[in-house]
Amino acid sequence: MSETASMWEKLGFRKASGVSEAGWGQTLFAGLISLIYFLPVLLIIITSFKLQTEALAIPPKFIPTHLFGLIPDAYVFTPTLENYTSVFSRSMTAGAAAENTGFDRYFFNSIVIASVSVFLALIIGTLAAFGFSRYPLKGNDTYLFVILTTRMLPAIVVIIPVILMFRITGLSGSYLGIIMLYTAFNLPFTIWMMKSFFDELSLDVEDAARLDGSSDVKVFFKICLPQVIAGLAATFVFGLILTWNEFLFALLLTGVDTRTVPVGMSQAVAGGGIGVLWGLLAAIETLFLIPVFFVTFFLQDHLLRGVTFGTVKR
Amino acid sequence: MSTIELKQATKKYGDFVAARDVDLSVKKGEVVCLLGPSGCGKTTTLRMIAGLERITSGEVIIAGQRMNELAPEKRNIAMVFQFYALYPALTVGQNIAMPLHHEKISAAEINSRVDKVAEILHLGPVLKRLPGQISEGEKQRVAVARAIVRDPNCFLFDEPLSRLDVELRHSMRGQIKQVLANLSKATVIVTHDQLEALTMADRIAIMKDGLIEQVGTPHEVFAKPANVFVGSFIGTPQMNLVEAQLQNFSKGKARISFNGQNLEITTNERVGALKSPKITLGIRPRAFATESKASTENIQAKAELIEPMGAETLVHARTQGGNDIRVVVPRQMRVKIGEALHLRPDPSQIHVFGEDAKAVRA
Repeated sequence: MSETASMWEKLGFRKASGVSEAGWGQTLFAGLISLIYFLPVLLIIITSFKLQTEALAIPPKFIPTHLFGLIPDAYVFTPTLENYTSVFSRSMTAGAAAENTGFDRYFFNSIVIASVSVFLALIIGTLAAFGFSRYPLKGNDTYLFVILTTRMLPAIVVIIPVILMFRITGLSGSYLGIIMLYTAFNLPFTIWMMKSFFDELSLDVEDAARLDGSSDVKVFFKICLPQVIAGLAATFVFGLILTWNEFLFALLLTGVDTRTVPVGMSQAVAGGGIGVLWGLLAAIETLFLIPVFFVTFFLQDHLLRGVTFGTVKR
Repeated sequence: MSTIELKQATKKYGDFVAARDVDLSVKKGEVVCLLGPSGCGKTTTLRMIAGLERITSGEVIIAGQRMNELAPEKRNIAMVFQFYALYPALTVGQNIAMPLHHEKISAAEINSRVDKVAEILHLGPVLKRLPGQISEGEKQRVAVARAIVRDPNCFLFDEPLSRLDVELRHSMRGQIKQVLANLSKATVIVTHDQLEALTMADRIAIMKDGLIEQVGTPHEVFAKPANVFVGSFIGTPQMNLVEAQLQNFSKGKARISFNGQNLEITTNERVGALKSPKITLGIRPRAFATESKASTENIQAKAELIEPMGAETLVHARTQGGNDIRVVVPRQMRVKIGEALHLRPDPSQIHVFGEDAKAVRA
């Protein structure tokens, strides 16, 4: 019997060794389930290409082509890029000249604030996690617990003292303020995640490195860190998603210059008395999705290994 | 002068004493095995030498220098770990070169040293691979290579062969012994496998519950066990241990009784000086001769179970009083189940242990 490559293998998908190929029924079922998950995103992407009237039409217009006359007119819309162009510049009142909406700035802010704070949290959190894992203090667990308590309350409860602190220190509306806040916001999660990755590592390897002449610092950078790359990637992605989508703190603590996309979005869609501008909202959301989408896509191999880390060892 | 010296080294974890007053010295070129059942403190002792465990009290002296407070990286010790502890992100070659990066030598020198040990341990073809891509046996050799690539004060091996299959273990045992003989450094090997200890060691330290029970050459610990534990731990099949009463002693002959049997043995004068008549007789299964009829100098027993071992046959026999005796007889001797045996122990191979479980020797 000759080995025939399945359609998926021809497309470049490799199946894990020792796992038998799923049947068509199973594949179809899985496809259906993922479609349910993906449907809201798909609707947003489709809507971003519609004009306001088409976006509100009932029955919904869900496809941009007639498919050679197969689809009746009622379900077909004419795709337009107008929403995308008006994300960054549009006339704020009817008939007026187009002006800058500020979204270029908001996107820049979102990217800078989210990436800097997640990186900071990753650096500080990884060092802290290594400390908690390898040099336990008396009452180590208590400290870990205390660190997590800040995340046990809803953000809305914590926000009032934070606003007061920001007002007194003058951090309100500054990059430094919001970056510090997000870093602190990401730290508990980062520490707990990274600690669990460090706990999984074989201590023998570190002992061996010590006997081979490595100092503690070298053991950390040369031996431990390379072994938790997957964990770093997973923690980074989860932190990035959390921070990227954060709304409440950003709403209350950023100023005009430091406003992030979620805040800008909520204000832009008000639509000047004609209801929510669905097409515009969908276009902003689609653009907003892209950076996280790509980061996650490129790190997904690491992500999976990170999440399942330690479950198959020994 | 000894390269490694432990003086009354003790390690406590809270109330638990992992190693108590360990005195051990290892000379240059000498291989000492720490042997004992799991949890006896042998690995703790090794880690105390390495500096991976801080000792609670006592002294660790290596190459004439007190090392108690010195961090492991400053002790210049090479250690091979039970699970090899290879650096997973580095290739085999980089793994072996790792200890050299801390010595100030050129890259060319590093390469030539790595190539040299790779040749000794037949690792040439796998130098570029990652540890995850090589076999167990190769991993083990990489671990050894990483230890011998530099010039340390001493070598420490923690259960170096326990993860290999039987065949590989035999060949590695020989290889390691040869490598160590050429290097002529002080070496400590931890093992729970007595065969490994007996074959590789110049001296063996037998440990139990954190204490060293006896230190001696493989011959000494086998032929002259210091106490009941060492006697029963060393040697397979296990030594027969029979609790007995010393009846009387005169002119080098002791009359002993156990469970209704009387036995007359020739032994040393010190046995006669024992205060308590409660003794334990230790006789190895190979120390019996079978005789044709019963006498006061042999033990009467019935064969209960017969296990052919190839060259010899192991017979489990039971005395009338219910003592189980293991006897090894030559292959040619056909013993049947239920057969009555008259077992005469070789007087030179009878070990008498006093009530305190210590051997009574001349």
